[in-house]
Amino acid sequence: MNLRQVTSLARLAWRESRTARRRLLLYMSSIALGVAALVAIDSFAANVNRSIRDQSLALLGGDLTFGARQAFPERAIAILDSLEDNGAGVAYVTTFASMALAPQHERTRLAQVRAVGEGYPFYGEVITRPAGQWTRLHDGHYVMADPSLLISLGASVGDTLRIGFTDFVILAELEQVPGDPGVAAAIGPRVFVAERWLEEMGLLGFGSRAEFEAVVRLPDGVNADQFIEPFRAELREQRVRLNTVAENESEMTESIDELADFLGIVGLIALLLGGVGVASGVSAFVARKMDAVAVLRCLGATSGQVLAIYSAQAALMGLAGAAAGAALGIGIQLMLPGMVSDFLPVDVKVRVEPLVVLTGLGIGVWVALVFALRPLLSLRNVSPLQALRRDADPAVLRGRWRDPARLSVDLLLVGSVVFLAMQRADTWQQGAGFAVGIAVVLLALWVSASLLSRLARSIVSAGWPYVVRQGMANLYRPANQTRAVVVALGFGAFLVSTLYLTQSNLLARFEVLAESARGNLVFFDVQDDQVDGIATIVRDTGEEVVEQIPIVNMRVARINGWTMQQMTDTTNPDGVLRANWALRREYRSTFRSEMVATESLLYGRWFSDSDNGLPEVSMEREVSEDLGAQLGDTITWDVQGVEIPTLLTSIREVEWARFEPNFFAVFEPHAISDAPKQWVILAAVSSDDRLALLQRDAVDRFPNVSSIDLSLIRRTIATIVNKVTMAVRFLALFSLAMGIPVLFSAVAASRRARVREGVLLKTLGATRRQIRSILLAEYVLLGLLAALAGMVLSFGGAWALLTFVFNQSFKAAIGPALAIAGTMVLVTVVIGLLGARDVFRETPMAALRGD
Amino acid sequence: MLVARRLAKDYSSGSHNLTVLRDVSFHAAAGSFVAIVGPSGSGKTTLLGLLAGLDTPSRGEVILDGQELGGLDEDARARIRGEKVGFIFQSFQLIPTLTAQENVQVPLELRGEPGAARRAHDLLSRMGLEGRTSHLPTQLSGGEQQRVAIARAFANRPRILFADEPTGNLDGATGARIVELLESLNREEGTTVILVTHDTTLAARADRVLRMRDGAIVEDTAGEAAPPAAAGEPQ
Repeated sequence: MNLRQVTSLARLAWRESRTARRRLLLYMSSIALGVAALVAIDSFAANVNRSIRDQSLALLGGDLTFGARQAFPERAIAILDSLEDNGAGVAYVTTFASMALAPQHERTRLAQVRAVGEGYPFYGEVITRPAGQWTRLHDGHYVMADPSLLISLGASVGDTLRIGFTDFVILAELEQVPGDPGVAAAIGPRVFVAERWLEEMGLLGFGSRAEFEAVVRLPDGVNADQFIEPFRAELREQRVRLNTVAENESEMTESIDELADFLGIVGLIALLLGGVGVASGVSAFVARKMDAVAVLRCLGATSGQVLAIYSAQAALMGLAGAAAGAALGIGIQLMLPGMVSDFLPVDVKVRVEPLVVLTGLGIGVWVALVFALRPLLSLRNVSPLQALRRDADPAVLRGRWRDPARLSVDLLLVGSVVFLAMQRADTWQQGAGFAVGIAVVLLALWVSASLLSRLARSIVSAGWPYVVRQGMANLYRPANQTRAVVVALGFGAFLVSTLYLTQSNLLARFEVLAESARGNLVFFDVQDDQVDGIATIVRDTGEEVVEQIPIVNMRVARINGWTMQQMTDTTNPDGVLRANWALRREYRSTFRSEMVATESLLYGRWFSDSDNGLPEVSMEREVSEDLGAQLGDTITWDVQGVEIPTLLTSIREVEWARFEPNFFAVFEPHAISDAPKQWVILAAVSSDDRLALLQRDAVDRFPNVSSIDLSLIRRTIATIVNKVTMAVRFLALFSLAMGIPVLFSAVAASRRARVREGVLLKTLGATRRQIRSILLAEYVLLGLLAALAGMVLSFGGAWALLTFVFNQSFKAAIGPALAIAGTMVLVTVVIGLLGARDVFRETPMAALRGD
Repeated sequence: MLVARRLAKDYSSGSHNLTVLRDVSFHAAAGSFVAIVGPSGSGKTTLLGLLAGLDTPSRGEVILDGQELGGLDEDARARIRGEKVGFIFQSFQLIPTLTAQENVQVPLELRGEPGAARRAHDLLSRMGLEGRTSHLPTQLSGGEQQRVAIARAFANRPRILFADEPTGNLDGATGARIVELLESLNREEGTTVILVTHDTTLAARADRVLRMRDGAIVEDTAGEAAPPAAAGEPQ
């Protein structure tokens, strides 16, 4: 073919598409939502990652940080001192929870206090209101706090804020602190004070939980990773964490990438659904074009030219659909940061990412074309002889399965799906899993449709009403569309329902959080000698103490005699795989003789009175697995310097997502009751006023005791859950919206044949009602089978996604799934009847004329 | 120009074998005007399809302008149609999405020929359709649509033109005008015309009339317009 022929064909393709453009564009628009999802998701991830890179120094506050759960060991201090001597800047940050009290209003609230050294942060800027106050923090007894804290205390800039034993003046409100997501302020409002007041506040006593951090600015030209490498192993041994800008950046981008992975699956689903929509829409389009193709063939067009003309039309419309999708995607991308900014640690700079948009466009056009090619190929089967005959025979559009071109397109289609799945998935196994899953679903739908077709043929009885017989006959007569429609509709139902089930299961985790607990006020960090005092304050106000829970801090020293060093040795001498986090963490354990409502016994037996020689301990399932500990093992604990051997006699399942104090390890009382401990006291308080009063009285008498108003936390979490729910609902709506064009396309595939038959039946005396009933019978059966098959398959799909991708348990939400299936049936029938409205519009004369 | 030798066409449906064309042979000289007549189901359209290379015979051969069609695949036959053959159909078969002028351009554009627009415009003018070139088929009357179809059929200067009931969907007067047009084009351009029709009056205007019944040619006579020499031409 020479250039002139190519341009001539292109012109012909453009002109020939004239009246079909709108219809073809509608079919091709199925791809638009898929492209929109891809562009929005990938652009958003790219925006966030770019912002993290741009702001990486500010996010860490320095070139390097040291972090520990206890005061820094001497070795770490020595390194930090030598760094300072060599020109580096070092600022210490100590973070702990404490009650903040506004004396003027006598109100209290738990706050996250950060005592920072001079120079912090070395990079980035803390923005305050009034502006520019940050540098004055070290000038006196000043604090700067989150606005949420000031609001709940009724305090404002200039007022006094008491923390521990010290009064401070509120110098400014915090507007932005680099490296903290906005949501951090909602959960634990921050108060910044100068480090030098730490001792005066008198809050860091025995057992107090605090985070110690040293932020370092290295001299120019010193590489943080290279500098710290020699000290890394030694410091890790002493439980000092090191973090460089590069590590921090990669940790943050990793978590954003995980989010993008989930959204990526949504994008993949949207794209495939779009592909199915394109395939069924183009099938309908091809059926309409048979006459024109026959004429073109008479006039000398080769099969290749015919294919080129219609493929060019499809590609062009695919490009238009993908471009519309890309534009929509850019729009959504602009909206996304606003919806999720509270959860992000960076200030996201939104920017159109040309590479992402181009990739989205490319993938969109490719998917549209590959899915369109299969039906388009059948145009090659249209004989020029068709132009001489009055009735087009749609059976010729059925391809021969041995046709090499068709096999190549099938291969291309499978290859494209596998490639996209691999590209979007986290690992190749997941990608292969997606691709195989999709193949299984399509096969299952095809088999169901074939069975339905056979069943319809075998059960139709002459005694049935004519309209039902006729409607069912449409399912098995020659050139029926049963398989195509069921596969398209069923796949749509499957994808939409899978997405919904996955979302609702993921969201359920958040909803459990908001469930109520028995009490609404928790006191913690209560010392042994303060328990009675706090309980008295509660009871004197006429309120109830629900529970007093002792807490003992400890670490694992040995398991079955193996020392920590042996167990963490890379040679793994005892052959048991153990997770480092479980071995090295500090356990905050309790002792009691009964189980609580949030626990259930999984293996073994609860504490008995029988004397095993060793005190008994019960472990939570996951931590026992990670420790490699089994029933009957001896676990020796280091309880603040004293070693206590215990026998593991039971393993519990714990429901963590509730506002109840839960524990990895629970001891029988006599094992550790004499150990140094703190208490958590849970109280049920009847009114908000009393709750505030109780908090104030407690902080007045025991400034080191913190208390937290659970209803406030519940409200805060409810706000967060609402935001997440909104985002998820948006996704769900989006996925439902994706289903509609597919339904349209699937039903359009058989529309033409139905209209023709309907008009003929009218000519033969059928009433509108009879025709409507015939169509209704057919579409109800098709819709029912497709939606139910899709729904059943979606249980498997969602289970697989949750189990293998999100490592979460699956709970089938049958009600909502049935609702989705019902909606699909309803929409199928409505769209089917709408598509057939030409039957009622056309006169029988049209059939007689053979139009 | 066109030779058919012992042409036969069978259709099999399950165990039944149906022969719709049996042993048809004839020869049409270049520039001749041949009408094929016969009742419905006599095999006229099947014969036309085989002669034009739209279908392949079960037995026998067709030689079109010196080329045996049986040895060619579908695409090669399409190329021959594009170069040498023109078609006119009973139901006009204009492509509904193209304007009159664009419909006429199609055969030329498929071959990538230059000057397609000018040639199409000239042909439409000869058909008396100057003012209708940018109309879509649905905006034209039946007679106008058939005139566009004739213009399209002559666009590639075909050596042979096949017309299948070209007046079947038209009233008598319009039909007569269409036939006059065909006759004048046959004379002026020297195009061989093979016309399939029910209409004996129309057939009588051909040089030669082949009458078909039950899939065979039962009569081969000279039409009213036949020049004396053509009447006795061997088959």
